Amino acid sequence: MNGGINASKKAGSILDVPEYKGLLSWLSSVDHKQIGIMYFVTSLIFFLVGVSEAMVMRTQLIKPDNHWLSPETYNQVFSMHGTTMVFLVVMPVLTGFMVYFIPLMIGARDVAFPRVNALSYWLYLMGGLLLYFSFFTGNTLHAGWSAYAPLTETNYSMNLYMTGTGVDYWIMGLLLAGAGSIMSAINILVTVAFLRPPDMKLSRTPLFVWMSAANAVLMLLAVPALNAALVMLFIDRHLHGFFFNPVAGGKPLLWENYFWFFGHPEVYILILPGWGIISEVIPAFSRKPIFGYAFMAVSTVAITFLSFGVWAHHMFATGMDWTVYYVFALSSMLIAVPTGVKIFNWIATMWGGAIRFDTAMLFSAAFIMQFTIGGLSGVAFAVVPIDWALTQTYFVVAHFHYTLLGGTIFTVMAGFYYWYPKITGRMLSEKLGKIQFWLMVTGFNGTFFLLFFAGLDGMPRRVFTYPNLPHLAVINLISSLSAYVLALGILVFFANLAVSLKKGEPAGDNPWGGWTLEWATSSPPPPHNFDHIPPVRSIRPLWDLQQAGGQPGVLAASDPQEGGGE
Amino acid sequence: MNKIRLAMLLFVASEAVFFILLMIAYVVYHVTSPSAADASRYLDIPRTAVFSVVLFSSSFTMWRTGVKFRTGSPRLALAWLAATIALGASFLVGEGTEYVSLIRKDVTVGRDLFGTTFFTLTGFHGLHVFIGLIMLAALFGIGLKRGTAIASGKLAGALEGITIYWHFVDSVWIFIFTIVYLWALR
Ligand code: HEM
Ligand SMILES: [Cu+2]
Repeated sequence: MNGGINASKKAGSILDVPEYKGLLSWLSSVDHKQIGIMYFVTSLIFFLVGVSEAMVMRTQLIKPDNHWLSPETYNQVFSMHGTTMVFLVVMPVLTGFMVYFIPLMIGARDVAFPRVNALSYWLYLMGGLLLYFSFFTGNTLHAGWSAYAPLTETNYSMNLYMTGTGVDYWIMGLLLAGAGSIMSAINILVTVAFLRPPDMKLSRTPLFVWMSAANAVLMLLAVPALNAALVMLFIDRHLHGFFFNPVAGGKPLLWENYFWFFGHPEVYILILPGWGIISEVIPAFSRKPIFGYAFMAVSTVAITFLSFGVWAHHMFATGMDWTVYYVFALSSMLIAVPTGVKIFNWIATMWGGAIRFDTAMLFSAAFIMQFTIGGLSGVAFAVVPIDWALTQTYFVVAHFHYTLLGGTIFTVMAGFYYWYPKITGRMLSEKLGKIQFWLMVTGFNGTFFLLFFAGLDGMPRRVFTYPNLPHLAVINLISSLSAYVLALGILVFFANLAVSLKKGEPAGDNPWGGWTLEWATSSPPPPHNFDHIPPVRSIRPLWDLQQAGGQPGVLAASDPQEGGGE
Repeated sequence: MNKIRLAMLLFVASEAVFFILLMIAYVVYHVTSPSAADASRYLDIPRTAVFSVVLFSSSFTMWRTGVKFRTGSPRLALAWLAATIALGASFLVGEGTEYVSLIRKDVTVGRDLFGTTFFTLTGFHGLHVFIGLIMLAALFGIGLKRGTAIASGKLAGALEGITIYWHFVDSVWIFIFTIVYLWALR
């Protein structure tokens, strides 16, 4: 143990940074790197919770006519699973990447408002704890993560849990986390606008930063829509208002409109920084600059604005005027175009490159394939009659897990394998990484691919069990067993994070030969980030340095393939 | 453009979405719900028009505050700032007394959709005015201590940010006054 610490001192490890010693240094921190790490740790803990809830659901669904869970319990489990994954896992883990890496990638000392940054984190944590506190009150949200009215209204209390306070905790928790998201968004945008060095023109800013900024615009303008809907619901529940309550003329559809006006931009909030990660990882491991940089940046901005004009595709089944159908069907198909071209850009970047299949790259490659399936199954819903047939079936569940789990979570994994060395000074074990990767790819596709067919067979989502009809039993059995494999892969990831922190290979400044500024400083970066910032003449400042004869950018001496636990 | 100014403009954009949705809810139910007639029956439009003018003139005094701080007359600036606070506070008093008289007539959030949408929309606006008053009071305190230094350096952002916020709160009221009160005119 002593030897390890001494060795790590020489090589640099996050555990040895004097400024980061002691609990108080974390609790009182306004350093964007510490706050980024706090986002990572907290969201990963919530990830374990969300995965556990998923395992409970898949266990309940392992065989037909299963009565292990009551319908009431099952409703709460999927509602909390969805809410947790969306608001307490994916949004904050991506925010962690944004607040940790944006300042480093643009050569800044910190974010624009470090104390606001800390406040955002604490609001998120308090929101999450408040949401989960509802378990102790005996019931939680039961109406799905989209909380459709009037199921959430107090007078529709066919069941005990509908009179309970679960929905209130959900409202308060999301309001707190949402306030934090809005503050993060402002912070990120001001950081990107003001803290870039003078020679980092927008046209030389890394794509991760571009996509994060677009993401911040979405958070800034979409989250307040959710907040408005939430306070209206709260007023309905506690001051006996009627916003969404049909007893006095209120319209449940108003909730649906408001929720999805937030909800569709939200699905882009859940993916944009992930695209940013992929757009950094793929060039680094293909040893080529990103293909179509300008298109990538500009199309992201286009998606940002288009995403506010497609929300009604979540409500095709509610019945609308045909003009409205056409408008939203077309806009929903249109928004898929820039997304599709991005996929070609990533592939074109890999094309002819000297590809290295380290774990980060494996996750990126799998992401491309899985996200394509998720995206294509999504465009299918833009076709109104298909939507009518498939909405509220497991086809939807399969679709959005292909985008969120096979999509975003895979980008997050790529991000951790790529940047963990920068954050901690230690490499993640490639051996464990590959085990994790194969467990997750097989587990994930095994869990969700057949669920498309369960959906086509008409199996409804959000129902605690299903009858023993042809196909359903075998599909669900395979799905549940694969889910355990997937969960095992996720556990390997956690083991890798823990083991590599002390035992991982020392990373050095730039283990992957990355070209962006974060690789120009030490690993972990000193609290002040940079001793000096290299000139920025292109999107690849470290490549330019290398060409000019400077050192950074050379691959580390130790081959990461051989890294890992003992 | 400084950091705080951009931050406040972004924040105001976010708040605008929030208010737009509350206003859409008001409009939707004003068109579809029979309780919309309550607006004409119970609202005292001339009285609120007076208080609206009070609020709008506070935007003028706020503008003068900034000008005077920047041109180096802190005394005058503080006087204009005090006027702004007084005008904002009177608006809130007007709103509070309006609420009391409505509740006396049994117009409440839980009475019908007019009550629900009216109190939510105007209530959240009132809350924003209240928060603005707290910020203005803080600004007044800083101005007393620092004088014209408030218009330069780090503090300039505070002055500018609070000014933007205050103008935003006032402009939201233009829309609320139009859709709630002017629309109720018969
Ligand atoms: C770890 C593996 C995961 C498994 C096995 C899993 C499984 C499931 C299942 C079976 C459902 C459907 C429940 C039903 O409709 O009856 C579901 C719903 C959902 N999942 Fe997952 N999930 C996983 C990870 C994720 C992740 C990473 C996300 C998001 C980033 C996510 C987001 C959601 C959402 C939003 C719902 C909808 C909840 C609702 O209907 O209100 N899941 N999940
Ligand atoms: Cu959508």
